[in-house]
Amino acid sequence: MTPDLMEAGARAMQEHLAHGSLAKSHEPDFRHGIALYLDDITVSFDGFKALNALSLSIHVGELRCIIGPNGAGKTTMMDVITGKTRPDEGKAFFGATIDLLRLRENQIASVGIGRKFQKPTVYEQLTVFENLELALKADRRARASLFSRLSGAQLDRIGEVLTLIHLKAQAQRVAGALSHGQKQWLEIGMLLMQDPKLLLLDEPVAGMTDEETERTAELFLSLEGQHSLVVVEHDMKFVEQLTQGRKTVTVLHEGSVLAEGLLSDVQANDKVVEVYLGR
Amino acid sequence: MTAVLKAPLQPGTTSLLSLKGWTGILAALLTITIVVPVLNLAVPQDSALHLSDYHVSLAGKIMCYAICALAMDLIWGYTGILSLGHGLFFALGGYGMGMYLMRQIGRAGNYQSDLPDFMVFLNWKALPWHWALSDSFVAQLILVIAVPGLLALVFGFFAFRSRIKGVYFSIITQALTFAAMLLFFRNETGFGGNNGFTDFKRILGFPVATAGMRVTLFVLTGVVLIGFYLMARFIVRSKYGRVLQAIRDAESRVMFSGYDPLAYKLSIWTLSAVMCGVAGALYVPQVGIINPSEMSPAASIEIAIWTAVGGRASLIGPIVGAFFVNGAKSWFTQAFPEFWLYFLGALFIAVTLFLPQGIVGLFRKSVQGSRE
Repeated sequence: MTPDLMEAGARAMQEHLAHGSLAKSHEPDFRHGIALYLDDITVSFDGFKALNALSLSIHVGELRCIIGPNGAGKTTMMDVITGKTRPDEGKAFFGATIDLLRLRENQIASVGIGRKFQKPTVYEQLTVFENLELALKADRRARASLFSRLSGAQLDRIGEVLTLIHLKAQAQRVAGALSHGQKQWLEIGMLLMQDPKLLLLDEPVAGMTDEETERTAELFLSLEGQHSLVVVEHDMKFVEQLTQGRKTVTVLHEGSVLAEGLLSDVQANDKVVEVYLGR
Repeated sequence: MTAVLKAPLQPGTTSLLSLKGWTGILAALLTITIVVPVLNLAVPQDSALHLSDYHVSLAGKIMCYAICALAMDLIWGYTGILSLGHGLFFALGGYGMGMYLMRQIGRAGNYQSDLPDFMVFLNWKALPWHWALSDSFVAQLILVIAVPGLLALVFGFFAFRSRIKGVYFSIITQALTFAAMLLFFRNETGFGGNNGFTDFKRILGFPVATAGMRVTLFVLTGVVLIGFYLMARFIVRSKYGRVLQAIRDAESRVMFSGYDPLAYKLSIWTLSAVMCGVAGALYVPQVGIINPSEMSPAASIEIAIWTAVGGRASLIGPIVGAFFVNGAKSWFTQAFPEFWLYFLGALFIAVTLFLPQGIVGLFRKSVQGSRE
């Protein structure tokens, strides 16, 4: 047995032991003010480096927009944070103590990271209400689900989110019947039900009307402070609305950070203009 | 608007079935436990109302199939995992019961030996180890549940942990049942080779081939079917059931919402296998034979066909489908024996193309249509 395999085995064992109990006992430690910390993350697919020594840190309560041309590695970065893809190298921490690279997708979700996919992903055959119900923070184990009943407070919470995402009138419709924009809203609503500390939003306004986009921006701005948000977006107008001229924007290119700073500064950066804005 | 919202707002709080549903269950229960036994046993044979032995045993057999279709609906219709190996679990349950029935033959077999005939034929002197508990009815009943359950648990654990999905999973289950069939074909395996078990005489000391036993087994099967239906209904209406459907619609979303799909898939998969095992155990004393052909790939595919024809993710649909397809089969194979397989194939294609919701979907559509 090679040392590599032994290490992998030990890690699998640790993961196995941690599974289940971890979700409850591990509260993220935000005392240093850092919600998410990525260091030197490299991911290669058949020699192609989707992420190349990417380092990034997000402060607690921060709303960070990440922009970059197609193939810059934005979605791969989200995959790494949420456990879908394991990096070849690097570190990923949630708060000061939680090593994301040791956890599985569902464990990462239960420590408080919520993710919205690029393509709206909802349960098409369930109603809007049921979609939210399943996302509600509650015991995720199979036996608990079999006998679970919603409490009054939980019903109220679902009602609140339904209002927030403007889908109250559609509560009993199957999610598959919603418009594209409404599905985006529903998925955002499902994230809110989870009450995550960090929200990762991959192109949340794709396919939305201008009005819906504006409402989404308002919603995200209202979440800022209580939650940390990472928004990946192509829509510059939306980024402008979110950053309000004072927040940091990160530009990704070829798997690493090309520039970071205020939107106006970044837009004036020659390198950025060359690879992205000036195309 | 608030009224619209409030009434059905919380899923699963209304009773398990509507009033109409409970009436249906009661009617089915009465039919199975009273009407059929009376029409078969008490009404004279020359009366127009008499129900023949043939029809009772046919219905009993189809109810066993309906249990399999119901089990298939939980795993395929609701969870989106198509198993093409459910015949294996059915056969294992059947073999579990068959072993007991073989031992009940005692010395009444052709060779008048303590051992089952096929063992005498193979010149075996003692029971193999896996027959150790075969004299005990209770022990064999436990095996009927435990063997399919454990096999499903172990197989499912590795398959689901490795995230094997979709058509790959279906193919592996198909291979599994095929491999088991080859194993059971071998005389050395100790399950009677390609002849399997047959020629049963007694069950719990009572003769098997009597009118009373036929009706008893029929009633028992019917009650088990209704019980499983109510259990399945409870499951799919719980939050657990909605997580299963969520796994079917968007498994990644389920994971990123903090659920571990493994526990959900594994539990429903195992339950589904156990239901098939129980169906197999009820089937064997009624048809009087169990052999490896029950493990053939075609047998498992048929279960999926009944489910699709009746209507997936509706619970009642697969039961209807099992009755419809098998009823048609018993009529067709008498009237036009050579055309049955063509008909079955055409039926499956027609349902796939025109009735994705199955027979039940057609019915629902027409009810909704008439309301509008």
